[in-house]
Amino acid sequence: MSERLDVRKTYKLVINGAFVRSESGRSYEVRHAAGDFWANVAQGSRKDLRDAVRAARAAQAAWWKATAYNRGQVLFRLAEMAEARRDELAAHVAAAEGVDAPSAASSVARGIDRIVWYAGWTDKVAQVLGGANPVAGPFFNFSLPVPSGVIGVLAPQDSSFEGFVDTVLAPLATGNAVVAVTSERRPTPALLLAEMSVTSDLPAGVLNVVSGLTGELGPTLASHEDVDGIDLEGAGEHHDELAASAADSIKRVRRASAGDYAESSTSRLRSFVETSTVWHTIGR
Amino acid sequence: MSEADIGVRLTDPSRLPTISSETQLRAVLASLAGVDAVGAEARVAKLATRSIKTSSKRRALDLIVSMIDLTTLEGADTPGRVSAMCAKARRPDPRDLSVPSVAAVCVYPDLVEGAKRHLEGSSVAVAAVATAFPSGRASLAVKLLDVSEAVAAGADEIDMVIDRGAFLSGRLGQVFDEIVAVKAACGSAHLKVILETGELVTYDNVRRASWLAMLAGADFIKTSTGKVPVAATPPVALVMLEAVRDFAESTGRVVGVKVAGGIRSAKDAIRYLVIVNETAGATWLRPETFRFGASSLLNDVLMQRLKQTRGAYVRPEEFSGD
Amino acid sequence: MAENELATPPLGTFGYDPAPESSTIARLRESYGLFIGGDFSDAASHEQFATLNPATGAPLASVAQANASDVDRAVAAARHAYDTVWSTMSGSERAKYLFRIARIIQERARELAVVETLDNGKPIRESRDIDIPLAAAHFFYYAGWADKLEHAGYGSSPRPVGVAGQIIPWNFPLLMAAWKLAPALAAGNTCVLKPAETTPLSALVLAEILQQAELPPGVVNIVTGDGAVGAALVDHPGVDKIAFTGSTEVGRLIQRRVASSAKHLTLELGGKGANIVFDDAPIDEMIEGIIDGIFFNQGHVCCAGSRLLVQETIADEVLRRLVRRVEQLRVGDPLDKNTDVGAINSAAQLARIHELANAGEAEGATRYASSCVLPENGFWFAPTIFANVSSSHRIAREEIFGPVLSVLTFRTPDEAVAKANDTNYGLACGVWSEKGSRTLWVAERLRAGVIWANTYNRFDPTSPFGGVRESGFGREGGRHGLEAYLDV
Repeated sequence: MSERLDVRKTYKLVINGAFVRSESGRSYEVRHAAGDFWANVAQGSRKDLRDAVRAARAAQAAWWKATAYNRGQVLFRLAEMAEARRDELAAHVAAAEGVDAPSAASSVARGIDRIVWYAGWTDKVAQVLGGANPVAGPFFNFSLPVPSGVIGVLAPQDSSFEGFVDTVLAPLATGNAVVAVTSERRPTPALLLAEMSVTSDLPAGVLNVVSGLTGELGPTLASHEDVDGIDLEGAGEHHDELAASAADSIKRVRRASAGDYAESSTSRLRSFVETSTVWHTIGR
Repeated sequence: MSEADIGVRLTDPSRLPTISSETQLRAVLASLAGVDAVGAEARVAKLATRSIKTSSKRRALDLIVSMIDLTTLEGADTPGRVSAMCAKARRPDPRDLSVPSVAAVCVYPDLVEGAKRHLEGSSVAVAAVATAFPSGRASLAVKLLDVSEAVAAGADEIDMVIDRGAFLSGRLGQVFDEIVAVKAACGSAHLKVILETGELVTYDNVRRASWLAMLAGADFIKTSTGKVPVAATPPVALVMLEAVRDFAESTGRVVGVKVAGGIRSAKDAIRYLVIVNETAGATWLRPETFRFGASSLLNDVLMQRLKQTRGAYVRPEEFSGD
Repeated sequence: MAENELATPPLGTFGYDPAPESSTIARLRESYGLFIGGDFSDAASHEQFATLNPATGAPLASVAQANASDVDRAVAAARHAYDTVWSTMSGSERAKYLFRIARIIQERARELAVVETLDNGKPIRESRDIDIPLAAAHFFYYAGWADKLEHAGYGSSPRPVGVAGQIIPWNFPLLMAAWKLAPALAAGNTCVLKPAETTPLSALVLAEILQQAELPPGVVNIVTGDGAVGAALVDHPGVDKIAFTGSTEVGRLIQRRVASSAKHLTLELGGKGANIVFDDAPIDEMIEGIIDGIFFNQGHVCCAGSRLLVQETIADEVLRRLVRRVEQLRVGDPLDKNTDVGAINSAAQLARIHELANAGEAEGATRYASSCVLPENGFWFAPTIFANVSSSHRIAREEIFGPVLSVLTFRTPDEAVAKANDTNYGLACGVWSEKGSRTLWVAERLRAGVIWANTYNRFDPTSPFGGVRESGFGREGGRHGLEAYLDV
């Protein structure tokens, strides 16, 4: 009996809610941690990032203006979809990270739980990070956390699913739109989640996911003037250069951290919110 | 004095709104901008930090004396008390002839005749509170009779009260009509309309009542009767001064402002002068357009004045009680 | 004839005689050293520079010019104090030091106000009623946080960052020092503060106050001098955190320079605040708010309402009232208690204001300037309003940092928001309307860290202040202000 030939899928980028091959037409091979061929993925270009930032900018205001309850429901829906495709995600994580099946499964489970965690944050952030300020005068004064806007994420290179979830969901939960660059060598778990996001209720453009060479995409994202903040978790050797080029437009920069993608701190949630303080007079 | 004399740009008199219906009145008043209480109070607090010293203070003290409506409005008022007050009004400090006379004495209508007699030959006017002062709770006929009698007795100025009940319940036409009728009864006497701002409570009401009174023909708008707990306050004066300024700008007619009740110290009075100066402008800083309704204020001003002359603080007993 | 013809008071001549505060209250010394390790000492180079009174151009005192080795010494002192005293002291003890500082500032308020006015050129009314009381209030507010940090919302064991390098501007010298020092100290950090070159004096009086309060040596160090001192502080490897208030241009450089280090960074930068005026605004208070928004502190305010966006239906009336109001502003001797607008802080700043105002005229905007008589000596600029400004004009885009207002118009709330947000800055905005729902609608859409509704330029130690986009990041004031000084 002859072996059936695989139908190989080329993983595409997700930009503005659509699956696109790279504008450049390039793709690259991704291999198992062990070295065998695993998949072809689109190799995003600078222009893909430009399109992604434009889509994110266009989508951000409506995402933020959706009610916090609605944003929570949408993110929870993403968790539901990921849950339904746990095994597939686990197979990708195992291939990408070279871990055994049980470890991959539990990593996926933690990642999905993390989506749920962030889904629950959407309508708590304002209460936890905001509040009323007792100013010494006849004013009603309150502070609210508002999204920074469009956030670039260089997702962790190592943690292909959990790391991607943590770095991307945090800014989404607080109302930002995201342009994420996946792990260069381990992109498929992220691209799978991106696929799910397209068919979930997440509005087009809110999450854009680009795979490719971090060394090529990172500088474009870090220097893009219409990107308000950047998470350099996966920036690797270019980290400090990118941090410097982010300075030109006074971006919010989250530097690479110790790589804990399940910590209970609000640190990541706070990275891309602005405190907006409103004063109003109180008088008859 | 014509309006041109005091430097206000006269605009086409046809711009004076002629109010012909309550609906129209309501529309005019509704078109007025609101007052932000915090901003108004912050503005007067800032103006209160103005430092008025030396020769400015001396000028201010004389100006205050010349703007005082020396007032007695007690049930226990007698012709004797009024006579003493009139003497003081003419010549507040008998030892110092450079002290100006006050602007007017303010009394109940039955005491007008006596006051008029005592003040003969002086520039001091006689003002009478009329229209069922202080509550204003009487029929229009009674109010008009009150006014006519005061005018007949020689009153130069009539201080009327508006019907606050009617104003607060939205019967604006009734308030307006009453002022128009009283104005007619005044003849050549000047009409001051007391808004009783302490009962109107909000600055928005003060602004609307000010415009209502001016549209109905008031020569002066006045804060208070002095008979309710809250009398003149700096922010209320600010709002009324903004009203007369804006009214003059849009109609060409200059209306005066009188603050009354609770102003006891020269320091407080100077603060009002600063508010006048920086709100309506220096053209309002004359007795024809700004008055203080007060009694004890005069002695404090005289004491401050004497202190400036002598260079030492003086005893209250330096000046007569009335 | 009536007797009172003797005594007609002069009418319409009620002016305000000069009411100057005495400059001797400042008790200035002839020269000041660097404040390092609890004592004043000479700069390594022994160089001094003069700080001027901008209202007269005359020198006030000579101040030490620090160099990199002085910064080194200051950072070492701060590190030593951090390791040996401040980070190990209980929060409640730290709190008592801050309360002491707040009290002494209150006690020496009059002196500090005069020092501030002499060195900065701002009206004494403002330094007396705003700068100094708010500086004391900031210490008072953060004092109370020192032993409650675990309740601030940043986890159960928040840690200080370490040694903070703090660089402050010349527009609110003492207040900015308080904004930086109070939260840093409350959170358990030690500090090296670099005051602005043209306004070092109040910080040096504050150093005396820290001595009076017996703050342990090295907890706060103050190094004076030019921009090179700030750069040395930014680059110093012993500094764990940089907090900077100043121009976006310099902020950008600082962010670049710390990119390759693990230094924490907060930036409070420039602005081009929009004051949005709807036709249902409380007009008299709104006029005051616009005036205060742009002429407070000569417009040397990063959050100044330098762009007035006025609804077309009332544009003419608003402009007419503004022009009238500008004429009333009393411009002159900053020490006079009745002065509303004081001196421009420096010749350099004055040149910048002239350049942009001239550009405004050249680009076709209509210029209305106060007809006030400006003093002959010192640095002065008459309060100015530009009408018929369009969004593309330089005076609508660049921060002037002076008493110059640009007036633009809009027709709908959407257009107002679009125009307000048409800037790379995002520090503060004003909204004037009696309609609460629309005010909140607009506030939600404005990209700005602070939004004042029916008021402007209000500050309070409990209220977070800071920008979005190129106006910087991080907040000062309130619970949020602690985050900048905690490793959380």
